[in-house]
Amino acid sequence: MRKTKMQFSLGSENIITVLLLVAGAILPFFLSTYRVSIFSYFFTSAILGLSISFIWGYTGIFSFGQAAFFGIGGYTYGILSKLFDNNALTPVALVAGVALAAAVAAILAWFMFYGGINDVFVGLITMCFTIALSTFLGQTAGSEWKIGDVSLGGFNGITKIPTLYFGSYKCDKVTFYYVTFLILAAIYIALLLLKKTKAGYSLLAIRENRTRSELFGYNVPKIQVIVFTIGGAIAGIAGVLYAAWGNYITPSNLDLSASTLVVVLVAAGGRKNPTAALIFTIAYSIIANTLSSSGSQYALVILGLILILVILFVPNGIITAAFDGIDSAWRKFTGKKTESEGGETA
Amino acid sequence: MSSETNEKVLLELIKVSKQFGGIQAVEDFDLKIQKGDLHCLIGPNGAGKTTVFKLITGQYPVSSGRIKFKGKDITSMSASKRARIGMSIKMQVPGVFEELTLRENIRIAAGNYTNAADLDAETERLIKLVKLDTIGNPPVRNMSHGQQQWLEIAMALSSNPEILLLDEPAAGMGPEETAFTADLVNELNAQGLTILFIEHDMDFVKQIARNVTVLHYGKKFAEGTVEEISNNPAVKQIYLGNV
Repeated sequence: MRKTKMQFSLGSENIITVLLLVAGAILPFFLSTYRVSIFSYFFTSAILGLSISFIWGYTGIFSFGQAAFFGIGGYTYGILSKLFDNNALTPVALVAGVALAAAVAAILAWFMFYGGINDVFVGLITMCFTIALSTFLGQTAGSEWKIGDVSLGGFNGITKIPTLYFGSYKCDKVTFYYVTFLILAAIYIALLLLKKTKAGYSLLAIRENRTRSELFGYNVPKIQVIVFTIGGAIAGIAGVLYAAWGNYITPSNLDLSASTLVVVLVAAGGRKNPTAALIFTIAYSIIANTLSSSGSQYALVILGLILILVILFVPNGIITAAFDGIDSAWRKFTGKKTESEGGETA
Repeated sequence: MSSETNEKVLLELIKVSKQFGGIQAVEDFDLKIQKGDLHCLIGPNGAGKTTVFKLITGQYPVSSGRIKFKGKDITSMSASKRARIGMSIKMQVPGVFEELTLRENIRIAAGNYTNAADLDAETERLIKLVKLDTIGNPPVRNMSHGQQQWLEIAMALSSNPEILLLDEPAAGMGPEETAFTADLVNELNAQGLTILFIEHDMDFVKQIARNVTVLHYGKKFAEGTVEEISNNPAVKQIYLGNV
């Protein structure tokens, strides 16, 4: 009975999901190599956005720490790939970057969630962690701040980081685009599929009411630690890809403004919906990149104002509201109710 | 007490106390719930009834005393583990997920105890059990207060608990809803489920409870059958208002 009713729902998100994946797959055929490369960078921001959507949107853990894990991934990749001095080992540096970001996230999460810290205090602790890490890295300009021959470089960060290699094959810009796109698509699809699984329901339960979830038998701190660790790993992947893309990483990539911006973008797009987070993060990146390359800093201020207005007037996110609006219009057009409106009777 | 009787004790509170700063919410409280019992906890507002429930379920740690469940000391056990070993609760304020649909709520609760392949069938079974199978699948915020209470009972039953704690199951309900809730509680108890509940409505208590414990200022004031408690002049004085 429910399946019969479900077919009347347009499911604009599902259509957009397919369109996004197809668009991502064919984009390099229509853009210059330079533009394709820029999209690789946008995708690293989108992966970072998905890490926020996962921990905050799915599980209700409000964190300013994702930029820090992004930085840990990027710095680890930068340091190791230069230390190895063997391009064939860059995938090892990639895995190590992700693993270290996940490990640091796990340790931080263990202290927070088993220590009974939640809600705004998690935001404050992760913010402090991010500030401490970026401040520390910013003061590493001296020659004493070296790992092997690799200088941490203070505010200039680490430069001349090698891009990704697979054996002796060096990823050109288009190959790198597809590597980034596939990783982004895999994480995105995994998040969509997760929603309808038992594990997804447990995250939903914790997001909606932690105490009640405990009383349903969910081990809330354990699940929170797992989620935060995976979120850290996802942010770490973004950082590694960013360092491999731009061949540099600096403390500004993980400072307070970087960590705040991605949270704001995900909130403005729709934190509970990975598609919304994905679309808004990429759209913002495209607009900001276009405006900054035209030299119009006032336009960026206007963009900031738009973000504030979205947060104020569409608190569930503008993309989520758009999906709801399209689906609602479709229902009016077809004159049917969806399952969630109680249109079904058994 | 004989060992045979001890084997029948499902839940036992031994001199349990709870302090919040300088306030003594519960003091040296003893309680024994036999398997299959339908036991009610009554008392004036602020007597400590909900606090006792929170101590039993592990939402609050005890200040002193011990709690035993199925003969095992669970005093320092986490709330989630207590739930997994057979303890379930319907809270005073419905602990349902208002932004989600009826079925999503059930799936969340049942997801921890049911195989993915059986989850849909289990969801439908629980919905039917509390007679919510005729209302479709609305967002919970659109359901009536009574329906939310029954939904939470269904969610609490998803773990196949050995004891069900109901904190004011009939609060805010009309006569028909109250009657249905009484029938539901009786039916569950008849199937062997041990039930401990808090209730203010003495008509409801008389309708279903077998044994009653009266709590006053955090202490056990009286205990007995419904008839004994109803006819206890001291209880009438402090709680029933000489009715």
